[in-house]
Amino acid sequence: MQKQLHLTSGNLMQPHLTLRTMTGAQILIDCLKREGVEVMFGYPGGSVLPIFDKLYDSDIRFILTRHEQGAAHAADGYARATGKVGVCLATSGPGATNLTTGIANAYMDSIPVVAITGQVKTFLIGNDAFQEADVTGVTRPITKHNYLVKEAEDLARIIREAFLIASTGRPGPVLVDIPVDIQQKDIEFIWPEEVHVRGYKPTLFGHPGQIKKAVKLLTKAKKPIFYVGGGTITSGAHQELKELAERLKVPVTWTLMGAGAFPGTHELALGMLGMHGTAYANHATMEADLIISVGARFDDRVTGRLDSFAPYAKIIHIDIDPSSISKNVKVDIPIVGDARNILGQLQEEIKDTPDTQEWLKTISTWKKKYPLMYKDEGKIKPQYVIEQIYEATHGEAIITTEVGQNQMWSCQWYQYDHPRTFISSGGLGTMGFGFPAAMGAKVGRPEKEVFDIAGDGSIQMNIQELATCVANKIHVKVAILNNGYLGMVRQWQELFYKKRYSYTTLYNPDFVKLAESYGAVGIRVTKKEEVRPAIEKALSVENTVFIDFQIEPEENVYPMVPAGEAINRMIGGMA
Amino acid sequence: MRHTISVLVENKFGVLARVAGLFSARGYNIASLAVSETLDPAISYMTIVVDAKDENVLEQIKKQLNKLIDVISITDFTKKEHVERELALIKVKCSVKEKPKIENVLHKYVGKIIQHKQETAIIEAVGDQHQIKSLLTDLQPFGIKELIRTGRIAITH
Repeated sequence: MQKQLHLTSGNLMQPHLTLRTMTGAQILIDCLKREGVEVMFGYPGGSVLPIFDKLYDSDIRFILTRHEQGAAHAADGYARATGKVGVCLATSGPGATNLTTGIANAYMDSIPVVAITGQVKTFLIGNDAFQEADVTGVTRPITKHNYLVKEAEDLARIIREAFLIASTGRPGPVLVDIPVDIQQKDIEFIWPEEVHVRGYKPTLFGHPGQIKKAVKLLTKAKKPIFYVGGGTITSGAHQELKELAERLKVPVTWTLMGAGAFPGTHELALGMLGMHGTAYANHATMEADLIISVGARFDDRVTGRLDSFAPYAKIIHIDIDPSSISKNVKVDIPIVGDARNILGQLQEEIKDTPDTQEWLKTISTWKKKYPLMYKDEGKIKPQYVIEQIYEATHGEAIITTEVGQNQMWSCQWYQYDHPRTFISSGGLGTMGFGFPAAMGAKVGRPEKEVFDIAGDGSIQMNIQELATCVANKIHVKVAILNNGYLGMVRQWQELFYKKRYSYTTLYNPDFVKLAESYGAVGIRVTKKEEVRPAIEKALSVENTVFIDFQIEPEENVYPMVPAGEAINRMIGGMA
Repeated sequence: MRHTISVLVENKFGVLARVAGLFSARGYNIASLAVSETLDPAISYMTIVVDAKDENVLEQIKKQLNKLIDVISITDFTKKEHVERELALIKVKCSVKEKPKIENVLHKYVGKIIQHKQETAIIEAVGDQHQIKSLLTDLQPFGIKELIRTGRIAITH
């Protein structure tokens, strides 16, 4: 398993022909510019003062968040919305440890983020200096790779490697910890045109033999489905997926991370599968004779009970990370490589298409029999709110979510036709992600409407970023589905803990006044007929807007597969 | 089942922590670990003996190790012709009278008494895990006072 990688191009400027001396901090800023960084999110502090002094003169846009966690999530949201590397910056000790939730979040969802942290002076490391923490130690299991810069001469190469590693293969966060004295040191700046990371060589194309085997299975399948995840979006394979699915007439289901990889309104779309997936997606998965997995990892929220998952299916697993293959589910044909390349290879290799007419008929029957639904009566229904946001934005907004019921309803009731328009904390399930992520997404895609669909619990976990939004004119819209509960936990308590609502009732601030106190706009909605006008108003206002939707307090997310059950054993009157 | 794998890694600070951290984070068990420099001082060689309950776990361990940026390559000795050795230092009770008996035992092994003082001998022995185990059984009757073993190292043919 010999690995190595050479890298030459990139979006780089011409190298300097003459050498010049610069401080480490200036070298860092110069390297970031050369890597194409236009914006950074972060927070200053003692150990990054030299960097901030250079930022003062730089044309890199710096967005001062109100908490380092907000900066990490914003960099993550920026990366997801644009496909570029998101960059965040924090000081040593508490600044760095505050980034960690955001870094872990990016790691679980394979998002390219470069986190730069200050560190105490090299000769103080290990002495329990003021604001010292072993940041490379803390972040080792939650980064794709990390560096402690011990020599200023290594800084440029390390920054170059950090961007390479973060953005290629299965992307992920890379942290670079830079001691203050390295930032201050004057050295000759040499830009490494090429970097060579001996132990790093992602496989990009599928093995031709495996492609042939996969095509053989595909051609004779009677009940095939595509099961697609975040890797499809990362590799930019949405067009190839659509062409292949349409040519073969194979229906497509997706994971939470895969929403937007295939048009949600397409006739071959099955919606999301798994714990809160559509009944027809789950039935199709359980009845399928072939599953073609593209950039997904058979997570427990998808498979439910493992030993009864997809009992009739052969599995083709396309993934750039070999360790994802056969980790949870035994795979018949693994194909390691970039999803976009491999779908292209399959397209070329396929001569005959399978006959899926009967299969599509069966699926169409399930779709009619078990549609997603809710009872539109009583107080405002959260599903209705999301449907109205969908209509008002013509399905063209970027939606971010928090975690819990708001997240699941956002998957079910908004149709995502384009990649990078649904941004949510999939793997780590981080409450407080959606608002700063929306901020990052809006910075990266200012022409888009960006809505954070939030719960009254989650929004309070990074609510301080209201100041950042208003101060920097980042006009995101926040729909708070306010039920006065930690809704998803309450739902589990209702269903599995005899309605003993242990510490899930929330005392909340007045969200309207709160928004107004920051200089944002607050709107309260208590009646169904006010829902649409409130959304229209939010869209027309040139400001950050909080809409406090006072929804049915005990509305549940259905369908639902109880944890550890087979995914066709759904509850909620659907199947 | 125990498997011996070797991992070529960049000789940088923190690499051992990355490898050890990976094992603990994913719940794999290290039975022994030996680390040393290679002829190229920029590269270190780790020989790891792992407990893996089945092939899938072993596969995962190898794949996860390979994901570490500082890992250059991995060799799994399970299905390869190879030689394994470990070194043991064994302190046994040994009167002057018993010394020839112990030396007699050691004839069967690659081992010798390297120090003999005050009724105690220190034995140095080299062998694969079975030979060392067998030697320890043979020395048991004399009374083993202390035992130190290196991790296993291995090389392919």
